[in-house]
Formats: sequence, C-alpha cells, structure tokens
Amino acid sequence: MSDLSLDITLTVNGERIAERVEARKSLVDFLRDDLALTGSHVGCEHGVCGTCTVRVNGEIVRGCLMLAVQCDGATVETIEGLSDSGEVADLQRAFEQRNALQCGYCTPGMLATAQDLLSRGGVPSRDEIREHISGNYCRCTGYHAIVDAVEAVAQARAGAKP
Amino acid sequence: MKPAPFAYKRARSLDEAVALLGEHRDARLLAGGQSLIATLNMRLSAPTLLIDINGIAGLDRITRNNGSVEIGALVRHAQAERSADIARHVPLIARAMPTIGHPAIRNRGTLGGSIAFADPAAELPACLLALGGEVEATGPNGKRVIKADDFFTGLFETALAPDELLTAIRVPAATAQTRTGFAELARRHGDYAIAGLAATARADGKGLSDVRLAFFGVGATPLRANTSEAALAHGDIDGAVAALDLEPHDDVQATAATKKHLAGVLLRRVAAQLMEAR
Repeated sequence: MSDLSLDITLTVNGERIAERVEARKSLVDFLRDDLALTGSHVGCEHGVCGTCTVRVNGEIVRGCLMLAVQCDGATVETIEGLSDSGEVADLQRAFEQRNALQCGYCTPGMLATAQDLLSRGGVPSRDEIREHISGNYCRCTGYHAIVDAVEAVAQARAGAKP
Repeated sequence: MKPAPFAYKRARSLDEAVALLGEHRDARLLAGGQSLIATLNMRLSAPTLLIDINGIAGLDRITRNNGSVEIGALVRHAQAERSADIARHVPLIARAMPTIGHPAIRNRGTLGGSIAFADPAAELPACLLALGGEVEATGPNGKRVIKADDFFTGLFETALAPDELLTAIRVPAATAQTRTGFAELARRHGDYAIAGLAATARADGKGLSDVRLAFFGVGATPLRANTSEAALAHGDIDGAVAALDLEPHDDVQATAATKKHLAGVLLRRVAAQLMEAR
C-alpha cells in the first residue's frame, strides 16, 4: 500500500522543515534521528516516563505518542529551542543551583513541563507543581529539589512581574 | 519498541472515514492516539492502516441542548478540563478530568477515543455509565444511538460495528438536584487506577434517588453495582459496601482481594461526596 511514507512540512524551533517520513515514525524519533535534535530523550516509548515531552502548537505533548506525520503544518519546540530563546533560562539556572538534576535524562522533559505550568502565571502550590510534573519520572533526585526549583522560579517571576 | 509499519491516511470527512473503515477491515482510527500509539509501540496491535480523524471538522465541540450536553468525539481532555460548560453542566466529568493521565496526555487524548477504546481501568467509560449517557455512532447507514448501559460489551469491546465510529457522546445536563461523586486509587497521580468509582444521584429530600455507581478497574468493563445503589438510596452506606458483588481478577497492580477491599473504601468516599449539600 502507498502512504507508508509521507511528505511533511513543519516548523521546528523556528526553522521550516520539509522531510519525507515513515508513517510509523514517532515525533521524538523524527526529531532525534532526522533532525539531530537529541535533547528530547526516549525512555519508555509508551507515554509513561515523560522524557520525550516537547511542545506542539504551544502545548506540551508526549513525543512518543504522536506520529511525525501528524505534525504536518505544526509548530514544534524542543528543549534546544526553549534553551536558545532563553525562555527557560531561569528554570535551568534554578535546576542547577538546587541540584534538581543528576544524570539529566529527565531534565529536558521536566523543564518543558515546568515551563508549561509556569506559563499559566501565578505561583502554583507545591502540590500543584507535583501534580503537573507527575507524568515526568526522575530516578535521581526524589523530586524534592525539582519542586524547590520550580517554586523558586515561580516566585521570582511573580516578583519580577507584579 | 517501534511500531510495525503501517500506512496512514487523513480522513477529511466522516463519509471518507466510514468508507476507509469499510474498505480496510484491519485499520484503526487515530484520534488522540494516547492509548493507540502506545499499543502500536509495544506491538500489541499491528494494523496495516491508521485513519487519522483529527482533521474532520465539527467533532471538537461541546454543545448544550434540551437538558443534555453533547461532547464531540474529538474534544480533548484538556479542552473539557477548561470548559465552563463541562464544569457547570457535567460536574462528574469535571471531577474526573484531573485524574486522567498527565497534562501532556490530556492535551492530546480525546473523550471519544477513551470511550471507544473502552479500557476497563479508564475513567471516562465509567463516567458515561454513571451519567446514564449515550453514544452516537456513525456508519455506512448513518447515525445510531447506543445507551451507555449497552455500549461496553467486554474487555476493550464495545457495541460499535467494525465500520462505525463514535462521533459524540450525550449526557444529561446536571440540575440543582444532581449529586456526583468520583474517586480513584492509583499508584502515581495520573496512572491507570487500581480501582475507581464514578457516581451520580439525585438529591431527594434528605436522601438520594436514582443512584448510579460505575466502578472501573475491577472487571472487564465499567460495572454498575445495582444492589449497592439501592442501599445507598436508603442512606445505608454499610449495607451498600456489604452488598458489593464485584469479582475482580488479580492484575499487575493489585490482587483481587485488594481490589475488592479498595472498592469498599471508594464507595464510602463517594457516598460522602454524594451526600454533601451542594
């Protein structure tokens, strides 16, 4: 049957991309293998661990549970884009200062998820932070330092924008 | 793991989706994909064709008409979670929504997909059953309506024909007398429940009537507990717990005995919610 591979056009981190992809290829595999954007990680490949979290049309999604062909016409942002634009610079600094990462495998997904929560404005409670990152496994930190870092950035941003 | 190869087609209309389903008997519909793509990745399923219905216009609406609320098949969990209409008119679904997966999952997953997939541990099939709602199915002969009580026929099995797709669900809009309850127990927030319970009732004087209890994660389908419903309508919580006749099987999350115990715990929690003054 035809349609095993399709041509797609999308914007990734501000750059227009046109590629032919296999229908079965996940978004995160496309980003890593075809575009060499290896900041998005592959963990469980069935939507549990959250390390493949990226933004599609402004909303965080599981990169392993979306097909690349579904992103035809979409705007995709990965940790490379979020880093380069400076959007998560304060979160990255807080993660470093508070030891909110050790091996770093979960960190790109964790930052995208934390930024998703903080972009809604206000200062979320620690419970709300925990709930929002509940879909992102971290096997190093025990989460406490991550919650500390996200909370500190939320407070700093709220202070900076009264 | 990576999925086995499959072809992919975007259906532009309901007619096209129905026609493709008719032509390709081992095709699967792709809506939110949050369960389907996981099963493809694990090679639990290997269809030759995915029919992407995300581009079909008009299936992503929440509309209220004549005492009921219609939720289109492509309404995403996050959309329902933010919806003032859902919060006001379908408070049971509003209560359940934060427990469904995680934010990144809720941004993609659809209400219609969850109900059509009929995972026995999923929240929305149980909500539909507790609400006494119905499913609108569209096939080659047009639309038909299937009551929630008749929809879930077995493990991941529904009353949908192979060439039909779920296009909407309809549930009664809440009134001032409507009471709802929802609770689940999961190892991690957002994971599939070990056991859960969705419930509706009508406040009737100081008591309750029309109690509908729909358990999930304790059987092959979401399950009503009729005897317990009657006991609860008489205000007899102990009797309702004693009357539970669920027969869950052991699974990877818990033993049958644990699930039975947890069902009683959930029933007490949900009974308290149903009896709260609004």
